Amino acid sequence: MEFFDNHKKLFRTALGLFVGLTLIVAIRPAINNQNNNAPLPNYEPLSEQAYLGKKSFIANGCVACHTQQVRNVDMDKIWGNRPGIAADYAGITRTDFWRNTATLMGTERTGPDLTNIGARQPSMAWNLLHLYQPRAVVGKSIMPAYPWLFQIKNKVGKDEVEVVVPDAYRKGINGKIIASQEALNLVAYIQSLKQTQLPNGKAPMEFLYKKKESPTGKKGSTLNLPDGKLLYTNNCMSCHQANGEGLKGAFPPLKGSPIVLGDNLELYVNIIMLGYDPRPEYATMNAVGTDNNLTPEEVTAIINHERTSWGNNAKKVTTEEVKKIMDFIKITTKK
Amino acid sequence: MGTKNIFNEWGIIITLLLIALPIIVASILAIVKAKAIIKNYLEKKEQERFNNYVKDLTPIEVEKLEQRKRALEFALSNNELSGETTPIDNKGLIDNVSEVETLRFIEQKKKSQPRPYIEPELSKLIIWYLGCATFWLLFGTTVGEYLGIKFVAPDVDHYSWLSFGRLRPVHTNAVFWGWASLAMMGLAYYVIPRVSNVPIASIRTGYRSLILINVSVVLGSLFLMAGINNGGGEYREYIWPVMALFGIGVFISLRNFFKTIAKRTTKEIYVSNWYIISAMMFLLVIAVVAYWPSWQTGLGETVVQGYYMHQGVGMWFMLFNLGLMYYFLPQQLNKPIYSYSLGILAFWAQILFYTLIGTHHFIFSAIPWWLQTVAIVGSAGMIIPVVAGTTNFLMTFKGSWHKLSGSYTLPFYLIGIIFYFTGSLQGTAEAFRFTNLVWHFTDFTVAHSHLTMYGIICFMLWGFIYTIVPRLTGKEPPQITVGAHFWLALIGLLFYTFPLMYGSTLRGLMWMEGTKSFIESVELMAPYWLWRAIGGSLMWLSHILFAYNFYVMVKRKDKITVPTSPIDILKAKQEMDTQAQTN
Ligand code: HEM
Ligand code: HEM
Repeated sequence: MEFFDNHKKLFRTALGLFVGLTLIVAIRPAINNQNNNAPLPNYEPLSEQAYLGKKSFIANGCVACHTQQVRNVDMDKIWGNRPGIAADYAGITRTDFWRNTATLMGTERTGPDLTNIGARQPSMAWNLLHLYQPRAVVGKSIMPAYPWLFQIKNKVGKDEVEVVVPDAYRKGINGKIIASQEALNLVAYIQSLKQTQLPNGKAPMEFLYKKKESPTGKKGSTLNLPDGKLLYTNNCMSCHQANGEGLKGAFPPLKGSPIVLGDNLELYVNIIMLGYDPRPEYATMNAVGTDNNLTPEEVTAIINHERTSWGNNAKKVTTEEVKKIMDFIKITTKK
Repeated sequence: MGTKNIFNEWGIIITLLLIALPIIVASILAIVKAKAIIKNYLEKKEQERFNNYVKDLTPIEVEKLEQRKRALEFALSNNELSGETTPIDNKGLIDNVSEVETLRFIEQKKKSQPRPYIEPELSKLIIWYLGCATFWLLFGTTVGEYLGIKFVAPDVDHYSWLSFGRLRPVHTNAVFWGWASLAMMGLAYYVIPRVSNVPIASIRTGYRSLILINVSVVLGSLFLMAGINNGGGEYREYIWPVMALFGIGVFISLRNFFKTIAKRTTKEIYVSNWYIISAMMFLLVIAVVAYWPSWQTGLGETVVQGYYMHQGVGMWFMLFNLGLMYYFLPQQLNKPIYSYSLGILAFWAQILFYTLIGTHHFIFSAIPWWLQTVAIVGSAGMIIPVVAGTTNFLMTFKGSWHKLSGSYTLPFYLIGIIFYFTGSLQGTAEAFRFTNLVWHFTDFTVAHSHLTMYGIICFMLWGFIYTIVPRLTGKEPPQITVGAHFWLALIGLLFYTFPLMYGSTLRGLMWMEGTKSFIESVELMAPYWLWRAIGGSLMWLSHILFAYNFYVMVKRKDKITVPTSPIDILKAKQEMDTQAQTN
């Protein structure tokens, strides 16, 4: 055809078609998204420290393995309370003159999603140790270790944070392992990663592709409770470990623990729901139950799992007992 | 949902069929090759037997044979009429007769055909491009192999510059912008002047562009390892000043090609040039869209990322390679392309559908639902250009299948074409919503990336390189190492991708089931990651062989050939004379 024998016309046509489609499927939607979305009312911008931590997260390429997006499908429920929406990312702008915006949504989940990690695992001690050597806390982890974010010193100075590393992972190191400012920043960033609450009264989007509800327990019975072992694995194991023995100097053992085995259920539930820090030889425990919105059934299942595993052998508790305590906690903490 | 039999899902069924295809083709190819080898062997045996027979001939038998020979050969001497003087043969009618002197027992693979004259300057430029590309292939896949090892042994080293997150983009960007891009452009410097039938507009520009791109990849890799990157989007990890060098490099070569085409002496523009020029124009558009800051806030960044990632592979690597294929395949088979118009249909369809599908990387994300749907529809539409292209290539092959067993380049072409079909359609299957549920975020994506970038792009590029370098230098690589390269790369790729696809399907289903903790899904992958490292090692080994072959094809030292034909003798004398004059 005559037309196609003219190089100017031919290539202009091809370019025109491509640029036109580009405008429709990329540039216009991008601009629309950018203009029509604002951060949620209770969105909290990153603190200065967390912002520096984010830069370190970017520099180290953590996004290669960690996503930050909760899709609107049922299987993503474990990563957040609601599916992510455009407004969640609206507050993120260009990093600086040299670097582009970093929404860090990611494309691969070699490791867990981190959208809500600040709620799921906010423990400073855990995160520092995990960064120093992931396999010290999660035996099967394949995440890289980041020892260069730590310094070895003879004494722990004022305001410095020591990381207590199990002997197996401190070969050849005699001094104290101190978190550098960069490590602290990075942890501050991790702690800041929480899903923002939707404004009051606004219902979140539904999760699609729901599984058929597995029948959860009739109230009051210990049968038909959710899977306590799985809940333990998801919520407790990274600190207290699969064998229930904890980590020396950081996380206390549950195996043989007087609180786990004892009769003071109120204290036990309180620790799970509100956190715990009376013992200086161990790190602080965060409010795991509240942070992860555990239901009375789930808390009961976890307690029963802990009371009957690793050689522990105590009587199981019922959902009713636990629920009563949890209701009380709700009332007292509201004040 | 999770417990439902996944073999009832269309996306899964299609994928299974698709991934069976390359295996079948590879098996057939292996059989064809094996048959050739066996035939060879049998013939050798036959010859041995004959040799023994000859050794054992008794003098009487020899005498008998000679007698018979004399009887058979008796003929007039043919110069009964012409006498003994040599005739004058001004038109070369008598001397130009070639004849087969030796009986061949071992089937020789076809050597590349000598081609029309190519300016030595241009041929040097092309070799430089391909040489740099080979270097980046070695570098990039060494890094890739190391990354693969890190999945199995995460504590092999603790240097910040070598940590996984920093090294991963070094791998992807080096093989993208260093290896594949440079190789494609080097080959384009061959194709564009050939099909336009004019010399290239400027060789210097070629070198400038080469230097810019190399500098860009060197700087980019160093920056990434030092922790300086653009902020997360895949293949967009180089910061803009670094990517700008690459862009300028492509831009000046594009102008160079455009000028060459403008001067062409053919009336029409051969379809290769459509693809190549468009790929280069589109790359520049894509890069500008990806790096321009005014539409990147919030989710804008993600919309652009989806577009960029997909256009990068589809409109740059794929389009460019298709263009090269439209030139090299007919050349290699010595016949025209099956259907020129099918090539043109595929061209427009590719632009139309491919551009739409970027967002399929973010299905179920917070990106507008309509855009996700457009992407899924576009992914289905891709069937048109892919089927058109594959049909065209395979129909061109038709009638020449026998050439496969006798050629060391054609198997690369064929595997590239087969993966073009399976890899692309696998992408379509992955975009369905159910399959996306299972596979998204798992290593399935990584397997897909390698089936396509490696199975399609690398295999095609190798085929093209083995085709033209001997034509430029007159030196052939050893056939045994080319064969080893081919089989190691292919088997390595299958070891790399198949276990990974299987494992990641299990992992995805485990996630959907939701009754196991995340870390168990990490544990589950361990054996498949090990397989990936093993397959990766084979692939890596094959690249060493490729580099060696490349070295053999271009190395300086020539076997000394004494000219025998009058033309060569005269040429040699002329050269000597001119040398004597200049000295
Ligand atoms: C400095 C960069 C990184 C940071 C800040 C980071 C942070 C984290 C955090 C907070 C967790 C715990 C998540 C949870 O308990 O749900 C985690 C887990 C994990 N990460 Fe990373 N990560 C980084 C880089 C990487 C990289 C590059 C990889 C992949 C090679 C990786 C693989 C994993 C895996 C497999 C897990 C699950 C097992 C475990 O808890 O260790 N991470 N990461
Ligand atoms: C020896 C050969 C190779 C090995 C061992 C290898 C290994 C790897 C590894 C381990 C990853 C990271 C996967 C992950 O994060 O889970 C990767 C990613 C990637 N590689 Fe390779 N690679 C090789 C060759 C190539 C070549 C030649 C190309 C392209 C021309 C290529 C293109 C890519 C791409 C595009 C990705 C990103 C995949 C994605 O995000 O989906 N690789 N490779």
